[in-house]
Amino acid sequence: MLLIECPYCGVRPELEFVYGGQAHVARPGSPAECSDEQWVEFLYLRENSKGIHAERWRHTHGCGRFFNALRDTTNDHFLATYRVGETPPPAALERAAGPRP
Amino acid sequence: MQRFSGFSLLRRGLSGHRDWQPQWRKAQPKAAYDAVIVGGGGHGLGAAYYLAKEHGLTNVAVLEKGWIGGGNTGRNTTIIRSNYLRDESAALYDHALKMWEGLSQDLNYNVMFSQRGVMMLAHTVHDVQVFKRHVHANRANGVDNEWLTPEEAQAVCPLLQTDDIRYPVRGAAFQRRGGTARHDAVAWGYARGADALGVDIIENCEVTDIRRDGRGAVQALETTRGLIQARKVGVCAAGNTSVILRMAGVRLPLESYPLQALVSEPVKPIFPCVVMSNTIHAYISQSDKGELVIGAGTDAYTSYTQRGGLHVSSHALEAICELFPMFRRMRMLRNWGGIVDVSPDRSPIIARTPVPGLYVNCGWGTGGFKATPGSAHLFAWTIAHDKPHPINAPFTIERFREGRLIDEAAAAAVAH
Ligand SMILES: Cc1cc2nc3c(=O)[nH]c(=O)nc-3n(C[C@H](O)[C@H](O)[C@H](O)COP(=O)(O)OP(=O)(O)OC[C@H]3O[C@@H](n4cnc5c(N)ncnc54)[C@H](O)[C@@H]3O)c2cc1C
Repeated sequence: MLLIECPYCGVRPELEFVYGGQAHVARPGSPAECSDEQWVEFLYLRENSKGIHAERWRHTHGCGRFFNALRDTTNDHFLATYRVGETPPPAALERAAGPRP
Repeated sequence: MQRFSGFSLLRRGLSGHRDWQPQWRKAQPKAAYDAVIVGGGGHGLGAAYYLAKEHGLTNVAVLEKGWIGGGNTGRNTTIIRSNYLRDESAALYDHALKMWEGLSQDLNYNVMFSQRGVMMLAHTVHDVQVFKRHVHANRANGVDNEWLTPEEAQAVCPLLQTDDIRYPVRGAAFQRRGGTARHDAVAWGYARGADALGVDIIENCEVTDIRRDGRGAVQALETTRGLIQARKVGVCAAGNTSVILRMAGVRLPLESYPLQALVSEPVKPIFPCVVMSNTIHAYISQSDKGELVIGAGTDAYTSYTQRGGLHVSSHALEAICELFPMFRRMRMLRNWGGIVDVSPDRSPIIARTPVPGLYVNCGWGTGGFKATPGSAHLFAWTIAHDKPHPINAPFTIERFREGRLIDEAAAAAVAH
């Protein structure tokens, strides 16, 4: 089981959280004007990264809030968690680019 | 190829089984092939076998980054059935089931296909309605599936606890032609068959990039064992498909999740069929070695770790202990995970890609072992003809753009 750091409540066991899929997938602003390709992009295409993955989690059995995380999908290490509306912390991305723990 | 028969087993038995040849050659990669299959699981090895056997393409290689059958083929719980809801799926999976029935003979290799029946338990009113709908839809498609009352289910599987549990069993859908097969034997049998027809099976060879020509068509593969030219490349890489297709600039609607299984210590034959319960989430059968083979669920998050969380497998064991209280004291020997490639409609993709010469067979998610012979056969056909066979024609990448989903997720809501 993973230990996940909620940016509001601190480190808690995975069981308190619900996974919310890839982060930063923007909903199309004016749906009626979207092409089929744009809908495919929004609805179905995901990065499915082997490596650093930006993703959403919700601390359902805690504060109930959504937040974002950077996790390495090759070893499930969390590099950082950050609040909704924030961009991924650059320090974590640099660490990710460097040697692996 | 040394053929297996009762006589050859007896003769070599008398000389201590010392004069068997290796089942396939340790091939060295050549500079070029007419077609290359990436991924040495059942689907990839089978595709190479049918390319050689049915389409006369023998200058073919299978590139496997690890050892053959070391991916999901060797990690799965081997449930085989074809009682899927949609017409397209029923045609696809039943094509495979019919091929399973003759596979050992065709390969001259015992894949231990056992039609012991697959029982899917219904625990709620909703389950009952959904499964009855399946039974009727399957019959209309010529696929056997029957509805059993709780008493009938117990008559088939006497160990099953149907009441006095939190979610009593209200009935079951039972496909008698379904069952299990020996996963390793499927990989080995196809490898041996393909090798005998001239296919090179190259292990420890990871594809690291795809080179394309000015037209954008596939030209060569960069691998950890050098550059390999090929004009036709078929990818059967399960959980790693997104990574490989991205090398050619193709994005796919797939997400990779860990899925777990576990086996108990071996015991005498006690379990006559396969039992699956999606509602309380567990799958169980008994291998010919005597182990109880138990399937758990996927983790919540995407990952490539081939592990999975402990709470996911203990959840499956809780369900098994509810349904089969006598297994409470069994010890589990091993558990492991495989990375499954899940598509949005839980149906596979067996198709050409936008890149000329590049074909993909993926999206089998939690349930592609059952389809191995059919999938391999249709994929070989698609590669050889550069167009889909009528059975896999609906299983395109474009169906997500066109809205022609083959929705087995909502329909079946079952993992296998
Ligand atoms: C725990 C578990 C239980 C399951 N239970 C069932 C079940 O009961 N019934 C059922 O029908 N299905 C089941 N499945 C699903 C089933 O195992 C798969 O759908 C099926 O085996 C996929 O076969 P494959 O040949 O496509 O993939 P694999 O056997 O995974 O083969 C893909 C191969 O590609 C190789 N590869 C990856 N990347 C590269 C690269 N860059 N270069 C070279 N090679 C590469 C991998 O090493 C691997 O060997 C289960 C899966 C799991 C994990």
